[in-house]
Parts: sequence; structure tokens; C-alpha cells
Amino acid sequence: MEAYGYKEGLRDGLPIGLGYLSVSFGFAIWAVKQGIPGLALVLLSGTNLTSAGQVAGVTVMAAGGLLVELALTEFIINLRYALMSVTLTQKLHPEFSLWQRMLASFFITDEIFAVSSTRKGLLTFPYMMGLGCLPWIGWTLGTALGAFAGTLLPAALSAALGIAIYGMFMAIIVPPALEEQGVLLAVFAAVGLGLVLRYVPWFRFLSEGFVIILSAVFGACLAALVKPVEAGEGEA
Amino acid sequence: MKLYPYLLVMAGVTYLIRMLPLAFFRRKITNPFLLGVLHYMPYAVLGTMTVPAIFTSAGDPVSSTVGFLAALVLGFKRRSLIEVALAATAAAYVTSLILPLL
Repeated sequence: MEAYGYKEGLRDGLPIGLGYLSVSFGFAIWAVKQGIPGLALVLLSGTNLTSAGQVAGVTVMAAGGLLVELALTEFIINLRYALMSVTLTQKLHPEFSLWQRMLASFFITDEIFAVSSTRKGLLTFPYMMGLGCLPWIGWTLGTALGAFAGTLLPAALSAALGIAIYGMFMAIIVPPALEEQGVLLAVFAAVGLGLVLRYVPWFRFLSEGFVIILSAVFGACLAALVKPVEAGEGEA
Repeated sequence: MKLYPYLLVMAGVTYLIRMLPLAFFRRKITNPFLLGVLHYMPYAVLGTMTVPAIFTSAGDPVSSTVGFLAALVLGFKRRSLIEVALAATAAAYVTSLILPLL
């Protein structure tokens, strides 16, 4: 089976980094308005590398919430990363050592997971570090830029940059959805339930994090029931 | 405001959630249903994160939808991640510039 190195990782990470730059830019502008100092935001982004968790964290911080409350919030919102980590263990290169696993795990985000888990072949430590590099720089740098120079970028451009990350998601989803009925079913089922949970008033109590967890688990389980995957197939 | 305890807790919790499973889960999964769930999960996650968020992601709905269509077309043509991401951004940006002129 093919394996990939640091350079391929960097290349795959570039669009994620660009997307993160714009998203974290917006995050920082918002968070400064909540009264959090710029330096704390840069530290936050550099050590957390997560969007939903940081927005929730800043909200709790700004409200002077309890540390226990903060820990629980982060646990629930970021629980999906545990699922992603388990998935990635299935395709780690045999040479991946314990300390390398402990280092690479820091970079697991929705986007990095999506790119690495859909990459054909086994995941090597250099590939994972290359893949995490530019997204981490983009996320931290974007936070610094937004916190300290938020008003310098033309408004139209910073608005348009907001779609970059979703464009990248589409590039990941569309080709396999055209080839595999299971993928197509998983996507449509997840999107469908997601729309119901977001727009039917009964479910308004669900936070965005829970909507993502519920609709994704539903889509993946439904597709797995209809089109199960034999060992050695698809997991590539 | 004493922010550093908060920062420490957030970084710690977020890291442990990612690290513990990746570092210590060593079994090979062979059950076809479970393999299916793991195989389909990333697409399901990305799908529900993309729709409907993409339609407001570039500011106004029209520019966002044009960006979405650009991404869809290039996705069908199997272009690279960065090409699709930049094309969607460019399409949305140009549309947002033209829109006020119409």
C-alpha cells in the first residue's frame, strides 16, 4: 500500500490552512468584542485548534463561568474527536510509535480528519505532521491578525474567504459520492437529518455540536446498514 | 479576569480527547457494519457541516450559492482541494462585487 510523506501532507494542508486563516480571523474579531484580550486568544487558538470548542469556551470565559462548566462544555463539543481518533487508528502506518501518536493527535480537527481519513493508503507520522502544519499556522496567525488588525482586510474579501473551507469539503465529498452509493447515502441522510434538527422548532434546544454528532452518526449508520464494508475493502 | 486557568483547562481537555484514543486504541476492527460506520463517518460529518452552512458562508446568500455551484462543478470534475476551495472563494468574491451593480 502507498504511504505519503511530509511534502504531501503540507500540500493537502494548504487549503485547510487558508480556510482556517479566514475562519479564525472572524473568530478573533468576534472574541475581542466579548472582552477577551488578543494575546489570550492567540494562546487559545495555538493550544486548542478547534472552532466550535473555542467559541463555546470564550462564551463561558466572558460570562465568568466555572472551570468545571468549561471542561464539560469542551468535553461534549469535542467528543467527536475521540471518534475520529479511533477511526484514524485503523489506518496508521505500523511505524507510528506511541510518542508520535501523542504528538500527531494534537492536530486532529474535522478537516484534518476528513483529509487524512479519505486519503488512500496508510498514514505516516511525517504526513500527519505536514498535514497539521499549515492549518495550525493559519489558525493561529488568523487569530492574531483578527485580534490585532481585524479591520485592515477589505470587507468583501474577508466575507468571501468564509466559503473557502466549505469549498474544500465539497472537493472531499463529491468525487467518492459519485462512485460509491454508500457515501452518497451517508451524505444525504446526514444532511437531511441535520436540516430537520436545525429547522424544526422542536429541536431548537440542540446545540450545533449535537446536531453534527447526531446527524453524522445517523448518516454513517444508515449507510453502513445498507452498504457494509468488508475488511480490506474501502478502508484502503 | 484570570484567564490562564481557563486556557489551561480548555487546552488540556481538548488535547486529551484527541490523544487518548489515538495513542491507546490498538485493535483492528473487522466487523463490516463498524467498518462501514467508520468509512462513511467523515463524509456524513462533512455533509452536515457543509449544508446548510455553505449557503451563508460568503456573507450574502447569492454569492454563497454561486460559490457553492462553482465548488460543485469542480468537484464533479475531481479537481484538487485547493483548486475547488479557491474557485469557490473567487466565484463568491466576484459575485459579491457584481451584485450591487445589478
